[in-house]
Amino acid sequence: MATLILTDATFETEIKNATTPILVDFWAEWCGPCKMIAPILEQVAAENVGKIVIAKLNVDENPKTAQALGITSIPTMNIYQNGEIVKTIVGAKPKPALLADLAAFL
Amino acid sequence: MSKVEPLVIIGSGPAGYTAAIYAARAQLSPILLEGSVTAGGALMNTTEVENFPGFQKGIMGPALMEEMRAQAEKFGTRFITDDAVKVDLKGDVKTIQDGSGNTYQAKAVILATGSGYKKIGLPKEETLSGRGVSYCATCDGFFFKEQTIAVVGGGDSALEEATFLTRFASKVYLIHRRNELRASRIMQQRAQNDPKIEFVWNSQVIDILGEDKVSGVKIKDTVTGEEKNLSLTGLFVAIGHEPRSELLKGQINLDENGYVQTTPASTKTNIDGVFACGDLVDHVYRQAITAAGTGCQAALDAERFLALHGIFSA
Repeated sequence: MATLILTDATFETEIKNATTPILVDFWAEWCGPCKMIAPILEQVAAENVGKIVIAKLNVDENPKTAQALGITSIPTMNIYQNGEIVKTIVGAKPKPALLADLAAFL
Repeated sequence: MSKVEPLVIIGSGPAGYTAAIYAARAQLSPILLEGSVTAGGALMNTTEVENFPGFQKGIMGPALMEEMRAQAEKFGTRFITDDAVKVDLKGDVKTIQDGSGNTYQAKAVILATGSGYKKIGLPKEETLSGRGVSYCATCDGFFFKEQTIAVVGGGDSALEEATFLTRFASKVYLIHRRNELRASRIMQQRAQNDPKIEFVWNSQVIDILGEDKVSGVKIKDTVTGEEKNLSLTGLFVAIGHEPRSELLKGQINLDENGYVQTTPASTKTNIDGVFACGDLVDHVYRQAITAAGTGCQAALDAERFLALHGIFSA
């Protein structure tokens, strides 16, 4: 697994301590598009080690973080830099389109 | 450059998977580009399918698609989990390029790219997407526990979503621009008997309210022209679909709404060796079973075409 698993307990710390941009994929088991984007994110993680950290947070098991962030659609992918949200991507998209969205961070 | 395959199928869902089952059983060893994030098609975002023959107890949309995919695989379909990004359909050998840059060549092509959801077309729809505006009830209903939300639309998908969303929401408005529904009777009755669903007839959403997140919608009465606001935190858009035919523009005959045109009672397009099926063609029935039916027809048409040209199998 090239991706980092986050929980309500670890979210804040991991975001703060990240030394590279970190993408957090908010997802759940019941969400079809989340399952589609998961392998693509795995690939992006494996191909960009050291440039960006790809993390996942299951909103079903960790509702507090998603609620605090006002997330109402999944998959939502927030990108954090120095602890701040710098970009939000909503919805699954093909790898070339995702890479284009992430170009500034890779 | 790859070798020339007998058949490439573009698109999954009931049409593409059924075409693959038939073509694979005809030993055409088809390649199926199922889509990188859309594999399985529209049914992947639905809940229970109650009207697919053979499943008297109903079956979940994604489970039905998994079954069809597995059946196609069993007979030798080769799946590529990627999108077709470029096609050249003219001539005896068709070429298809995927999102990773791989090229496929084939004597025959079946188009089954289906349809995508339609947007209302309001500027705030984009900015508030993921902030209360949603196109996937099964994905996002969870975030609206004990809240007031609305579904826009009047077809089966709109009513299915509204009924599904009552599991979470305290109230669901069903906003529809006319005073009658396109949806099937059973779906209508179910929604009308649901105390959490309130119908808002003859109404069009003309604005989405809220800056950082949805706080309501402005609706206009399509008969009287009267405008009013509804307070709500979620807006689910289910106003229908449009064909995914962008890739085909300029290559193949489309009708004015972008649907691929086929010769009546067949799946033949205006280009030899290119067949089309499912929601990409059908703006009338749009059912899983009709898509599967035309997928079967497309495979049989392709098989006959290949036989006429002396190509039986890979």
